This record gives sequence, structure tokens and C-alpha cells, in this order.
Amino acid sequence: MNAVRRRRLLLVSALVIGVGVAVTLALMAFRQNLMYYYTPTDVHEGKAPSTRSFRTGGLVKQGSLHRDPDGVTVRFTITDLKQEMIVLYRGILPDLFREGQGIIANGRVGPNGVFTAKDVLAKHDENYMPPEVAASLKKSGAMPQHEMVKEKNKL
Amino acid sequence: MITDIGHFALVLTLGVALLQASLPMAGSFTGNRAWMALARPAGQTQFVLVAIAFAALAYAFLTDNFGLVYVAQNSNTQMPWIYKFSAVWGAHEGSLLLWLFILSVWTLAITLFSRGLPEEYIARVLSVMGMISIGFTCFLLFTSNPFQEIFPAPLQGRELNPLLQDPGLAIHPPMLYTGYVGFSVAFAFALAALISGRLDATWARWSRPWTTVAWMFLTIGIGLGSWWAYNELGWGGWWFWDPVENASFMPWLVGTALIHSLAVTEKRDTFKAWTVLLAIIAFSLSLLGTFLVRSGVLTSVHAFATDPERGLFILIFLGVVIGGSLSLYAWRGGQIRSIGHFELFSRESLMLMNNVLLVVTAFFILLGTLYPLILDALTGEKISVGPPYFNLVFMLLMTPLVLLIVLGPLVRWKGQNLWETVKTLRVPLGVSTAGFVLALLLLPPSKHGRLAMTAMGIMLGIWVFSGLIVSVREKFRHRKLSLESLKALPVSYYGMLLGHFGIAVFVTGVTVLNTYQTDDDMRVTPGQQVQIGGYNFRFEGVAQQRGPNYMAQRGTISVSQGDKYITTLYPEKRVYMVQTMPMTEAAIDDSLLRDLYISLGEPVGSAGDGAWLMRIYYKPFQRWIWLAPLLMAIGGFLAASDRRYRQRQKQVLQDTVVAQQLLDELLATSAAKG
Repeated sequence: MNAVRRRRLLLVSALVIGVGVAVTLALMAFRQNLMYYYTPTDVHEGKAPSTRSFRTGGLVKQGSLHRDPDGVTVRFTITDLKQEMIVLYRGILPDLFREGQGIIANGRVGPNGVFTAKDVLAKHDENYMPPEVAASLKKSGAMPQHEMVKEKNKL
Repeated sequence: MITDIGHFALVLTLGVALLQASLPMAGSFTGNRAWMALARPAGQTQFVLVAIAFAALAYAFLTDNFGLVYVAQNSNTQMPWIYKFSAVWGAHEGSLLLWLFILSVWTLAITLFSRGLPEEYIARVLSVMGMISIGFTCFLLFTSNPFQEIFPAPLQGRELNPLLQDPGLAIHPPMLYTGYVGFSVAFAFALAALISGRLDATWARWSRPWTTVAWMFLTIGIGLGSWWAYNELGWGGWWFWDPVENASFMPWLVGTALIHSLAVTEKRDTFKAWTVLLAIIAFSLSLLGTFLVRSGVLTSVHAFATDPERGLFILIFLGVVIGGSLSLYAWRGGQIRSIGHFELFSRESLMLMNNVLLVVTAFFILLGTLYPLILDALTGEKISVGPPYFNLVFMLLMTPLVLLIVLGPLVRWKGQNLWETVKTLRVPLGVSTAGFVLALLLLPPSKHGRLAMTAMGIMLGIWVFSGLIVSVREKFRHRKLSLESLKALPVSYYGMLLGHFGIAVFVTGVTVLNTYQTDDDMRVTPGQQVQIGGYNFRFEGVAQQRGPNYMAQRGTISVSQGDKYITTLYPEKRVYMVQTMPMTEAAIDDSLLRDLYISLGEPVGSAGDGAWLMRIYYKPFQRWIWLAPLLMAIGGFLAASDRRYRQRQKQVLQDTVVAQQLLDELLATSAAKG
């Protein structure tokens, strides 16, 4: 092996080791940051993890929105029309948040079954239903008929 | 009538594109000069035709011609004219027409600024551009025709999505697309070179200014997109690792690798196969970006199209482009021989590391972006990948890259003594280490509690800044440093410095912002005062106000610091009349060192006390985030405007390359002997 080849080999092995370490760390981060989606029914059946955060979603139940005296903390109930779950959130709700509309939330569920949300997302279109919510409503067999039509028009 | 002309021009475009793609390519193989000579006029005709189509659509918007479905869905008589115009690319069909228009502008530019290039080569380049044009024209005509009519025409249109009614968004897509589509030029140059089997330094020199200009536009486009999100989404963020943002960022990363790799290919006639591959990947990622954004597989503000037929079309197109170019690469790439020899510690090695880091980063962003989509398609399981993943990957891979930035311009081609370099860099090494220690000791505590990271960010910023100064000083080790001698350095050198300086600005900005930004959500009553980030905010109340096409609840907040009055801010909650969509319009007071940002929530008054929810942010160094892409873009402009690209010294150049190769071989043989 001549000098040029040896140097190239060194360079390549240094690169491979460096990239290898970075890839391993990145893949670990990837596994840790995967956020799964669980419907209120899943949570009710105990399928959702209690130690890490996940995403959930559903329709906001009519008349369920309550504001704490501090004015900033809210609670509301979401439903996949099979099971319900109380969501607790501190902060300003998104512009398109409405009772009766679909939302998505990130956060954790506590031992009391209350979901503490870090973020609440309502999508940019009034008629829009988050696909996760639509899928879970379909799964529970409770997709409202007009929503079905609306969704079909969207797709 | 005018729209019919537009539609007809689009149909003719397809014909011209077919001609441009086929005959010149065939001519380049058979040596038929007449066929090759068709390429330029065909490209120019195409530009005129697409410009007519584009102008016709713009005219339809400006004259409120709701006889077109696309206009009726995205415009309204009450909209200010500037948004009527930007509504042309406000949704799917029009944004594709913009794509095609920009492609034709790039094609026109090639026909005009490539006089010095061999006829055969230019015929092939323009033919490849023609093939891309065929794909997009078909896509427009068969699945997304903006000239589709509706009868009877509605009296009023549905209005552009209010979120898109913002000056930032009026210019963001054209810039971004100019960047995306610009990579098609690098792609066409690479493919033409692959076809002819002549991949040499000349090819890299031709391709470089084009690639740099495309990269410059992409940089501006991404910066504008971030600025728009910050202004318009109302929640103070400037980057969300949203799939749509990632879609524009991946081509940028690979494009950045490409402009570096092209430099090596031009100067040292090596890395050739790799450079070609990067050009193919950069353009493929641009197409993938278009696919992700336009196909409706992603649900976001940007996802206009939710028509599976369109998604399928783009997917097939993507498959043909990537599959075709990679097959060509596999077939011809094996013949590419690189001759340059270099040491372990040399500029070539550093550039290689730069490329590896950038491409690996792009790969991990691709993984985080596509994995949830693929998993959903295969198993129906819904997952998402959180921003912490992207942040970690980005920091992990970009930190070494930022360290290398200083070495790249300093270390010589072919090789240099490592110890000598360390000695040269003793001042930056000392200053940045001192900066790290001082930052750890002196920085005020932050509520985010990560001062070690902050200190490291500050160290990196100082390292790049001081290192760049030393690298300039080093140029004058054996010469006198004077204003004259500084002027004598090529413009592209200053472009490089400015681009790298932009990185230092970005790193510093992000570090300070992430450490010291604060925000709070609160309930305020008129007359109430709150303190955030050392500023005093007094809520005066909310009043109703009427805009051109919306009603607004407008809050008034006076800001002071100590006894000094700073400004009065007016955040709004708007309801647009047509779409009845509520929107938060944040109020921002910006300056180089800090932004004050207020969003209005909703009324929560009880017993008529006029209380509202409000969110206030204090964001130090926020402007630096956008100053950075601006500096990088100016750097790119300077680099591309270097006069050596405009000189027609083909022969001289080829001679130098040959001489250089001979010299290298001589050196290599003598090294092997000795």
C-alpha cells in the first residue's frame, strides 16, 4: 500500500467513524422523539403511555369549554364519539378553536385521566378535519354523515 | 378572450417544449447543426409563450374575471390589488404556472448567457431543460389547468386565504421557486456533461455561477418564508421543522454541498462523479419539495392540492426524473476519472467533510420528514417526529461544520502541515476559548437553564468571526496589506467571506435568542401594566376597526422602559369578511438587538371589565436570524458576479487544466518513487 492510498484509507475511516457516531446518536434521538397518536378510546383502554408525551385529537364537545379564574387556563372535553377525555391547557387557544370542531393536542395524560396539553392545534380551514381525527371517528363508526361527505369532497 | 389566449399559449408551450427536448438532443449525436441550432430559439419562444400565459392569468386576477374557477376560488373584488396579483401563485394551479414561468426564465437566461459554450453541449443542456418543461406543462394542462372556466361566472370570488395576504408571502414563493428551479440548470449541465462523457473543470466552471445564483435565491426564499411565518402565524416562532419547511431546506443543504464541491471540481479537477451526483440529488429534492407541498400528502397551510391524481402525476414524474438521471449516472459515471491527489489534511479533505456533513444532515431531515408519511401509507399508524429530533440532529452535525468553516479557506489545496495551521489559528483558538469560559462565568442566568450550550454557541460565533479575519490576514503573509491589495482580491473571495460571516451571525443570533427569549400569556384589563424582559407594557384597551376586507379588534399597548417611552403597539384580531376566518395579526417592534412581539388572544371580560388575553414575547437578537440569510445571499451574489466567469477564455482554461494535471501526475510519481 503506497502513501497516497494509506492516507486515503485514513481519511475514509475517520469519516466513517465520525459519521457512524453521529448516525447512532441521531437514530437514538429519532426513536425518542417519535410521537404516537392515540384516540381518547385508546387512552381509556390504557393503550397510551403514561410516562411520555403523545398526540391525541377529537371533536371538542359542545359546551365543555371552561376557563379558570386566572383567565389563561382552560379545560375542555374532546371526544371520538365513543369515549371522552378532559384536556387541560394553559395559554391562548388557536384562532380556529371552536366547540364542535376537530383539534389535535400534544401532551401527557395524568393518573387521573386528564390530558395536559403543551400545544393545541386547530387547522387553518374552517371545514377541515385533521386526518387523524377523521380516521379515529371512522374507526369508532361515529363519523357524522355530513362530515363524511365533506371529507370526501376534500379528498 | 385574453384568458383563451393564455390557455392557447400554454398548449403551444407543450409543442415547443417537445421540439426543444427532442431535435437538439438528436442533432447533438448525429452532428446535425441545424437541429442543434433549434435549441436556442425554441427556449426563447417558450419563454414568450409562458410569459403570455402568466400575464393572461395575472390580468384575469387584476380585472376580477371570476369566469375562471381558479380566480373565483382565490380572489375577491375587495382585495388590495397587490394581493390580487400575488394570488396568481396563491394556490396550486397558479403556483405551478409560476414554476413553469421561472423555468422558462432560466431557460431564456441560458440561451442568452452561454455564447461561449460549445454548440453541442448547449443543445443538450437546453434539451434537458425542455424535458423538465414537458413534465410541468403536461401537469398543468392535464391535471391543474388555471384557465378552466366556470359558467355562469359567480359575481364575487372566494378570496385568497387571509394568511397569505401578507407582503412576505407575495415575494416568498417567487424567490423560493427561482431557487428550486435554478437547480434544474445545475442538473441540466451535469446531465449534458454525463451524456457527452466530458466531465472536466470546464464543465464545473460553466455550472458554478448558475448554481450559486440558484442557491442565492433559495437562501432568500427560505429566509422570507421564515419571516412570513413569524409575522403572520402570530405565535412568535420562526422555524417549526414543518415538513414544508424541511422540503425547502433539504435542497438548500445539498445545494450548499454542491457549490462547495463544484469549487473543488473546478480548481482541482477532482470529486467529479460526486459533484454530478450532488447536482442530481439537489434537483430531485427540489422536485420532492414540490411533490410534498403540492400533492396534499402533507396537511399544512401550503397543501393546496388534495387530488390524488395530481399526487400520482408528480410521483411518476419524480420517479422518471430521479430514475432516469440515476441510471444515466450509473451507466456513464463509471467512466469518470478523478486525477487530483491530496493529503489527509488539505482543503480537498475539508471540503469532503463539509459535503459529508451537509448531505448526512439532509438525509436525517429527509428521514424525519418522510418516515411518518411512509409509515402511515404502509400501516396506517399515525406518528409524528418532534422538533427536538431535528434540533438535535442539526446541532450535532452542524457544530463540526461551523468549526471547519474557518479551516476551509485557510488550508491550502493538496495539503498543509496541521501544526502550522494550529499555530496560525492560535489567536482565534485563544479568543474563542476565552469567550467560552467568560460566557460560562459572566452570562446572566436564563430561565431555559442551558448556559453550557449558550457558551458553546458564543464560542462558535467568535471562532468563525475571528478565524475569518485571520484567514484574510494570512493571504498577506508575504505581501503588504493595503487597501490596494485588498481591492485586488477577487470579488468571489469576498462573497465567500460574507457567506461564512452570515453563518457566524446566525449561530450567535440563534444562541442568544434561544437562551434569553421570554414570553407570557396573561389576562389583562384596560389600564393594567405588565413587565417582560425589562420592558413595561400598559394595556390601554381594545377598539373595533375596519380594514379593506376585514373587521378588526385592535388592541393598544404602550411600551416603556423605565421612564422612557418606547413605542405603542397595535395587535389585531381580524375576521376576514368573505372566508369569515379569524386571524391573529401580531404587532412587532423590531430592532437589531431585540424584538417585542404582542399577540391578541380573545376577550375574556366578566362584568364589563374589558379584559383580554394577550401574549407578549421579548426576543433578543431575532433580527440576526434573517440578517444571516441576507448576508449569505449577498455573498452568493458576489461570488457569482466574479468577472472570471464572464471571460471567454475557454482555451486558456483548458490549457491550465491540462498543465495542472501533468504537474499532479509528475508530483505523484515522484512522491511514489521518493
